[in-house]
Amino acid sequence: MAGDNVWVLGAHMTKFGRHDDKDVLDLASIAALGALADGGVTIQDMDVIGAGSLFNAAAGIGQQIQKQIGQTGIPVFNVANACATGATAVRTVYLSIKAGEAQMGLAVGVEQMGKMGLLGMGAGSAANKEFTPSGRDGRVMPVEGHLGTFTMPGVFAQAGMQYLYENDDVDVEHFYKISAKNHEHSVRNPLSQYQKRFSVDEIKAAPMISWPNTMPMCSPNTDGAAAVVLVSEERLRSLPKEVQRRAVKIVASVLATDPWVESGAALPDVNTCTRNAAKQAYEMAGVDPQDLDLVELHDCFATAELLHYDNLGLCERGGAGKFLDERGPYRDGKIPVNVSGGLESKGHPIAATGVAGLFEITTHLRGEAGDRQIEGAKVGLTHVIGLGSTCGIHILEKSAL
Amino acid sequence: MAAQVPLVSYLVLDDAGPHLSAHTCTACGALSLERRNACPKCGSAAGFVDTRLADTGVITSFTIVQRAAPGVKAPFVSATVALDGGGAVTANIVDTDPDPEHVALGMKVTLTTFVVGTDDNGTEAVAFGYAPAA
Repeated sequence: MAGDNVWVLGAHMTKFGRHDDKDVLDLASIAALGALADGGVTIQDMDVIGAGSLFNAAAGIGQQIQKQIGQTGIPVFNVANACATGATAVRTVYLSIKAGEAQMGLAVGVEQMGKMGLLGMGAGSAANKEFTPSGRDGRVMPVEGHLGTFTMPGVFAQAGMQYLYENDDVDVEHFYKISAKNHEHSVRNPLSQYQKRFSVDEIKAAPMISWPNTMPMCSPNTDGAAAVVLVSEERLRSLPKEVQRRAVKIVASVLATDPWVESGAALPDVNTCTRNAAKQAYEMAGVDPQDLDLVELHDCFATAELLHYDNLGLCERGGAGKFLDERGPYRDGKIPVNVSGGLESKGHPIAATGVAGLFEITTHLRGEAGDRQIEGAKVGLTHVIGLGSTCGIHILEKSAL
Repeated sequence: MAAQVPLVSYLVLDDAGPHLSAHTCTACGALSLERRNACPKCGSAAGFVDTRLADTGVITSFTIVQRAAPGVKAPFVSATVALDGGGAVTANIVDTDPDPEHVALGMKVTLTTFVVGTDDNGTEAVAFGYAPAA
């Protein structure tokens, strides 16, 4: 039925970290089979697959996964949308169900990053045979380091510093506090790559990557996978009661890109797309930010998290520093943010991250999050940013069928 | 003196002195540094005229890169500069120590240029950056 509500039926993620004994298909299969089993269904029940693996974007990852878990001939959408790849895979399945073409579908995100080092760097200085302009900016040689940086820790450091330029009552100390908060949260999450507390002083003293981001303020490169099974409300009604009880309703699913801003060519804008996506998502869900019981947002770097308190409306405009000072985003605060440990601790296997956000919220709404459970959680939001830029937001609700 | 070429095409090296030039949409006035097929702001394909940008501006964000890409010398300061009269650009902050005591948000800066490479013909590539305003 077109326009039918869409629910999360099953969800699973691997532990994030290093999985040297597995390959990308092993990881994807564990997540996919886990999500199917969690929903009490099989690959035979699926009508569509949305698959993402940014570093295997041209490899037909969805079809490769089918060859591990079941080649049933259903359509596969292989998606790539930078760090919003996972959310895009989920939304592809969501839209297929909304359109009435599918009753049930599987979204899976996977990445094996090993020790890839800094992301976003251009090549270093190449041999200069004869300077010839190339590309849209007519460069004659690599510009990284000569015209600023496009390494991720640097770009997101600058994004955070821009917030400090534009707002009062906020300084670099807030970035250190955010990192300490997320690492403190991580010790309760057995699926997190790192589960270790750091004091603010330890964070400040850690190796500097791109000021003010020190190493613990940066998401590590990570191996991992996550998957969700989505189902139409009509189909959900036909499933056993115990399966229905654990299903979680998707009350908003939004993707937005960055509209033109003058500074956008100098520094990627991750703010406007998040603001626009959030506005749409709250309207779609009929939810106010103050109704949220928890939020998983895209803290690829500590400098990024601060922006999104404001962009997602968790605080007053310009009030991100105050929100943090009042312990708003701590797990015992007004709107707990990144109780999973966030990407800084949990890890950031690019395409898995967005799907893992849905896993985390779903697990809390089901009351199955163990030590890190936010008691009585009814509504949660998950947010990702893909540089370039794309924002993906999903709001989930514990709801009676 | 060796022949020189700009590192990127929006840096102009001519008798008027080194300066930045933007493609200005003739329909809406939006500035683009890179070559565009149509305007990213309004979508108009009416075309562009080149506009000289100011040599001065203020730092609206910065980072100090310590862990750089292979082959890139660190530390260096990467900053976004809002230019007086319009336009924004990312570049290095130079002629000052790369630490948070010497670089600040809101600091006024002035365009400067420097050689960043030489090809097999002896031609030099010239980059631009910003130095604290005197």
